[in-house]
Amino acid sequence: MTDLSYSPASSGSSATKIALRWGLYIMLGLFALFYLMPLFVMVTTSFKSLEEIRTGDLISLPREVTLDAWRTAWSGACTGIQCEGVRPFFWNSVLIAIPAVMISTLIGALNGYVVAQWRFKGANLFFALMLFGCFIPFQVVLLPMARMLGLMGLAGTIPGLIFVHVIYGLGFTTLFFRNYYVSIPAELTKAAKVDGAGFFRIFWSIFLPLSLPIIVVTVIWQFTQIWNDFLFGISFSQAGTQPVTVALNNIVNSTTGVKAYNVDMAAAIIAALPTLFVYVVAGKYFVRGLTAGSVKG
Amino acid sequence: MAPILEINNLFKNYGPVEILKDINVAIEQGDFLVLVGPSGCGKSTLLNCIAGLEPITSGKMAIGGQDMTNVSPKDRDIAMVFQSYALYPTMTVAKNITFGMKVRGIDQAVQDQKLAHVAQQLQIEPLLNRKPGQLSGGQRQRVAMGRALVRDPKLFLFDEPLSNLDAKLRVEMRTEIKALHQRLGASMVYVTHDQIEAMTLATKIVVMKGGVIQQIGTPAEIYNRPANLFVADFMGSPAMNLIPAKAKANGAGMQIEIAREKGDPIVLTDTRNQDLPENVILGVRPEDIADAAIGRGGDTQEADCIIDIVEPAGADTFAVMQLGGKHVTARLHAETTAAAGTAQRLAFDLGKVSYFAPETGLRLN
Ligand SMILES: Nc1ncnc2c1ncn2[C@@H]1O[C@H](COP(=O)(O)OP(=O)(O)O)[C@@H](O)[C@H]1O
Ligand SMILES: [Mg+2]
Repeated sequence: MTDLSYSPASSGSSATKIALRWGLYIMLGLFALFYLMPLFVMVTTSFKSLEEIRTGDLISLPREVTLDAWRTAWSGACTGIQCEGVRPFFWNSVLIAIPAVMISTLIGALNGYVVAQWRFKGANLFFALMLFGCFIPFQVVLLPMARMLGLMGLAGTIPGLIFVHVIYGLGFTTLFFRNYYVSIPAELTKAAKVDGAGFFRIFWSIFLPLSLPIIVVTVIWQFTQIWNDFLFGISFSQAGTQPVTVALNNIVNSTTGVKAYNVDMAAAIIAALPTLFVYVVAGKYFVRGLTAGSVKG
Repeated sequence: MAPILEINNLFKNYGPVEILKDINVAIEQGDFLVLVGPSGCGKSTLLNCIAGLEPITSGKMAIGGQDMTNVSPKDRDIAMVFQSYALYPTMTVAKNITFGMKVRGIDQAVQDQKLAHVAQQLQIEPLLNRKPGQLSGGQRQRVAMGRALVRDPKLFLFDEPLSNLDAKLRVEMRTEIKALHQRLGASMVYVTHDQIEAMTLATKIVVMKGGVIQQIGTPAEIYNRPANLFVADFMGSPAMNLIPAKAKANGAGMQIEIAREKGDPIVLTDTRNQDLPENVILGVRPEDIADAAIGRGGDTQEADCIIDIVEPAGADTFAVMQLGGKHVTARLHAETTAAAGTAQRLAFDLGKVSYFAPETGLRLN
């Protein structure tokens, strides 16, 4: 890598350069350590027995690795009166997140396509309102939304939660796709129109195949938001439809007597695994998608 | 036969802004119409209106005798080549070319056969399985042409198809497009800001400025008899010399007097034109000012002129002088004896000059 930000004077000596480079690495290493420390504590704690946690050191490695805490967290820990671990709630989250992500991404793509490529009267106003939707604090909408879900007969159900997440994700998904699609020359749509293609045909055959990077970005964003959501999860669910975040809270808060830190940690990691997984699998597209937008053939 | 394209009283506004004003054009089957004008004058907008990609504000348009004013682009029987080529980035060259047929549900065998024919015609067979991103600019341009040709439409529309190519390729493709037009006998509307492209390709030129048609005519008419100062200045390179002059009636015709900074005015006698107003702008093409010594036919009148600058350009040598307060360029033979700072006897071809009114800019003769 050639570093253009160095001034000519300081680039004179190669020893200075190397020292600077190392200084940089050490700084970065320290930052990384700082961020990874809590995760390290979580992981090690989750593999320790309660006995060891009580007697041992917070940041020491487990003397004896045990999976008991993981087992309990997954299928035995109590979330109130029920003691089935996070498993049922984990599946609730999956059932909420996957359809909500897919639907909000698809509708966002269509919205973005319309706003960016089919300028209609009031398109700017529509988009501005959509953007405004991104910035509405969720607390503000809790009561009206609860009322609405009640009227729709979806209160406390998983479809109800899907609906809420789709609605509140649309602002962002529309924004993402719109910003991606405005960089696509309008002549492409024109060419397809002359070729005889209509609205959906152009979307399906020309825009969607171009959209992989932004789809990945949107899916990661939406999945993280929805999976990690707590407020909607606790407000619009009832026993049996609660997502994993709510269950995690209940596990941690409903233990009486000695805190089972190892179980809490294991449950927290389980709850975080899917988002971690999505980042690891699709992370490189995420970065690419955020910086992309070039479709210059 | 009805004209292949007929536009009557077309107006186009974007919001409150009038972009095209009272456009009237008609072309016959086989015509190569070139819309030319400086950038921003509304050429692309007009082409988009013809294609149906932009709604028109008022007026009428017919293609092949049928009213198309409110018909959608796909039903106008047109094909269009865009400035950016607008190839579908995720499709192969073959799919790009057949996309239109696929959308229209044309039989696969017919698609294959038409694709093969067009690919052979444009010599792009080796490229059929590549994506647009893997092509050079010239190749993309060919593919864009292929996508239009395969449709075999009533009317081809081209929006500055050569402007993204380098100079050499541009000239090659220009020739190729002309050959294609002659071979197919197809009707074409071609937009360019390059007056040389317009002159070389067109059977009919429309010169536009600020959304208004300045002149319609064959390349020769536009070149030899520009309708106003704008057309005179825009068409031709180097541009027509536009020299302020005084006209006086004298027995045989008009006496044209051109002031000079140093020395007496040049006085030319024009026997072809009568009734010119006193103040005129004399338009002379550089090639209509020649070395008197070398001589040429036509209705020439000679005068001694001090040459300020000599610019050899290979085949020709351009001599620049000061007449009527303007730089005036003469296109001389390469062997000319003209030298900077010395007087040269030049012959002005009065048979080919134009006169314009200084106030309105309109042609007088
Ligand atoms: N969608 C649009 N909205 C508003 N003004 C436009 C739009 N498209 C083009 N214009 C304006 O119309 C004029 C003509 O544009 P255009 O037809 O592209 O010119 P040309 O092709 O001759 O360079 C320009 O002044 C341009 O700014
Ligand atoms: Mg243009």
